[in-house]
Amino acid sequence: MNAKKWDHVASGVIYTLVAAVILILVAILGYILFNGVPDISWHFLTSPAQSFSAGGGIRDQLFNSLYLLVLTIIVSLPIGLGAGIYLSEYASDNWFTDLIRTSVEVLSSLPSVVVGLFGYLLFVIKLNLGFSILSGAIALTFFNLPLLTRNIEESLRSVPNLQREAGMSLGLSNWKTTTKIILPAALPGILTGLILSAGRIFGEAAALIYTAGQSAPTVDYSNWNVFSATSFLNPMRPAETLAVHIWKVNTESVTPDANLISSASSAVLIIVILIFNLGARFLGNKLYKKITATK
Amino acid sequence: MDDIQKKLQTKSKATFQDYFGKGICYLCIGLIILLVTCILYFIASKGLATFTKDHVRVLDFLTKSNWNPGATDASGHPEVGALPMIVTSFSVTLLAALIATPFALGVAIFMAEFSSKRGSKILQPVIELLVGIPSVVYGFIGLTVVVPFIRNIFGGTGFGILSGTLVLFVMILPTITSLSVDSLKSVPLYYRQASLALGATRWQTIYKVILRAAVPGILTAIIFGMARAFGEALAVQMVIGNAALMPKNLISPASTLTSKLTTDIGNTVMGTLPNNALWSLALILLLMSLALNMLVKFIGKRGRF
Amino acid sequence: MKEYNLNESYITDIPEKKALSTKNLQVYYGDNHAIFDANMDFPRYKITALIGASGCGKSTFLRCLNRMNDKVARVDGNIMYRNVDINSPKINVYEVRQHIGMVFQRPNPFAKSIRENIIFPLRNTGIKSNDELEERLEQSLRGAALWDEVKDDLNKSALALSGGQQQRLCIARSIAMHPDVLLLDEPASALDPISTSKIEETLQILKKDYSIIIVTHNLQQASRISDYTAFLHLGHIVEYNSTANVFTKPKMQATDDYVSGNFG
Repeated sequence: MNAKKWDHVASGVIYTLVAAVILILVAILGYILFNGVPDISWHFLTSPAQSFSAGGGIRDQLFNSLYLLVLTIIVSLPIGLGAGIYLSEYASDNWFTDLIRTSVEVLSSLPSVVVGLFGYLLFVIKLNLGFSILSGAIALTFFNLPLLTRNIEESLRSVPNLQREAGMSLGLSNWKTTTKIILPAALPGILTGLILSAGRIFGEAAALIYTAGQSAPTVDYSNWNVFSATSFLNPMRPAETLAVHIWKVNTESVTPDANLISSASSAVLIIVILIFNLGARFLGNKLYKKITATK
Repeated sequence: MDDIQKKLQTKSKATFQDYFGKGICYLCIGLIILLVTCILYFIASKGLATFTKDHVRVLDFLTKSNWNPGATDASGHPEVGALPMIVTSFSVTLLAALIATPFALGVAIFMAEFSSKRGSKILQPVIELLVGIPSVVYGFIGLTVVVPFIRNIFGGTGFGILSGTLVLFVMILPTITSLSVDSLKSVPLYYRQASLALGATRWQTIYKVILRAAVPGILTAIIFGMARAFGEALAVQMVIGNAALMPKNLISPASTLTSKLTTDIGNTVMGTLPNNALWSLALILLLMSLALNMLVKFIGKRGRF
Repeated sequence: MKEYNLNESYITDIPEKKALSTKNLQVYYGDNHAIFDANMDFPRYKITALIGASGCGKSTFLRCLNRMNDKVARVDGNIMYRNVDINSPKINVYEVRQHIGMVFQRPNPFAKSIRENIIFPLRNTGIKSNDELEERLEQSLRGAALWDEVKDDLNKSALALSGGQQQRLCIARSIAMHPDVLLLDEPASALDPISTSKIEETLQILKKDYSIIIVTHNLQQASRISDYTAFLHLGHIVEYNSTANVFTKPKMQATDDYVSGNFG
């Protein structure tokens, strides 16, 4: 009887804990969305930020976040692919592989603020890139690389060995087998991981404060010359992202409607990440079904 | 020698494809190793400058509680006691882990053992989403909800270790939960079947068999959660109060290593003592994350099925 | 299991031209010696079966013949193909595998269309003309007795085919490369009886143009389709002779016991 009673008590406790966690979740999402969504307007999304008066928007910050995201992926995807392919296809069991794995683990365990400070020291100061999108993208690459590498490695590994043997037995080089057979088969997993990591990049702020900077100078969206200082595409200009904007508005700024800006921006951030999350699932499943021809 | 015999003995396009592919992979791998070495080297050399160049004693740095790197104390030593930041960082981390663990375990047991498919199907994506919420958003919620709430109940400013703890608790909850679920799920099914067949109740099975078997995995999960809490910068910085004082209680403004770094690094001049001292804080962060990393490896080696 | 004197063996000299021969072939997995001193010749345009109990090393032996064991095991000795020792480290293994094709136990078509499964590796060998590719596609699918079943859906995913069809596609993929030798590692063991008999029929036709070496644990299959049979036991080739002789007049006690079903 005693044991049975404990069983009930424990179940009760667990259900309570689960309920509490769900409540916290709903409260957080509800708070952000209910407070933020009503303030999101076309005007808010398309007008520049104001420092000293109310009514500013997040046009530049939103663009900067997306631009930085694209640049980061352009920089980190090839490196992640190379490293992931090495670890899953070429690495044998030796000290060198151990060294690589440890390096990736160390990189992934570093706090993002430390990564940001390193970027600040090396790129902003030593290499004289200044606060710039480029410095930010490189810092985010450091932050993104370990997860991306691991995701690519695992996706490649999950492709059955039989596929590798098929390629080998037909006289294909390892490289051709990997790039033309294994990689396409691993694509659903890689894509899902990539999109999820895009969500992380989009929301990251600590690594950017001292690399991409905290100011969003007015840029000209009709100037397509990458090297022009006023061009929106110029990677050498400082660029405050949406996440950094939320932090800045809350800690240092004197904008009168800071609260409104933060709640609306937070809602935008969450919605974008939500889209990334759902998109990753949807695309991954769809691609998987297409590749395996299951209907 | 016929054509085929010759082909068998000479390098072909495929051979060079492989050289090429391997070359590219080595390049990427080399880049990562170079990068990690660079990070370790730069942070360490900068962080050690406080002790080598500015001759601050390591012991003073770790045990004194006056942080005012611009000034010197009565005996002429610069005031760079990092103890308040260290204590605060550890307090918020440990407290957050302490609160989060029971909740995370509860949810993990629910997801892994109570195994109603629908429950897991809903909870899983929700937890993943929670991991994905940016830390500034947590900071913002902390600032607008938690801080006023603490202020109303306990008085004071509301900024402090308690607010930091509460924010971190929510942030590390999903991390600990999802890793714990993995570790519970990896306990072989026959453990459960054997225990239930012996007449144990579900709770006895979970508590005496499954949780015990999953201890290494759960510990790893908690450590990962703590690593996240220890290294989190902005969310904490927004609610902790940022006063480099020894915390007297849980609701007085304090400062963690990360919050001190984010607030001050832009306001100091490269190469000066106040700047070097901040890099020393970064070095502590780095060493701590390495230590936690090693702890995870150690546990992973000891506890395998 | 009975102990046999594994130092004794009966290896016949074949009268046919040789497609492949091994000389003093040894295989080691780490410290584990898996194949002992294999010396045998495989005839051209015949089917040779490798039989033996599980773990006797027959698959290991087969995989050495086109260097598929390079990464997993250490292989010493010589494998002669066209008077070239293809086990030498200087040999271009990709070229070897184009001439000595392999079909595996479980069907492993690529996650591509049926057409691409065959055309993609061909293109890799440098064939560019579309006409030739299409010709080889049809020819190889006909060769594997699959053409009539798939000719209308060549652009469908190969993974949508049944297991037996997938395996025949894999055979087609191998023969499209126009290899000299075809290695088959228990190609029918994962298939139902109907698919199995289809594959056996296919092999009978294919042996006109290819030298075939097949690993099988199915003794009836070996006796039905093969011209020569080698019996392996614990890493040793115990007996190698014409199939009729191996099954009806085995020279060695171990062979006799195995083919009459006393162990394995």
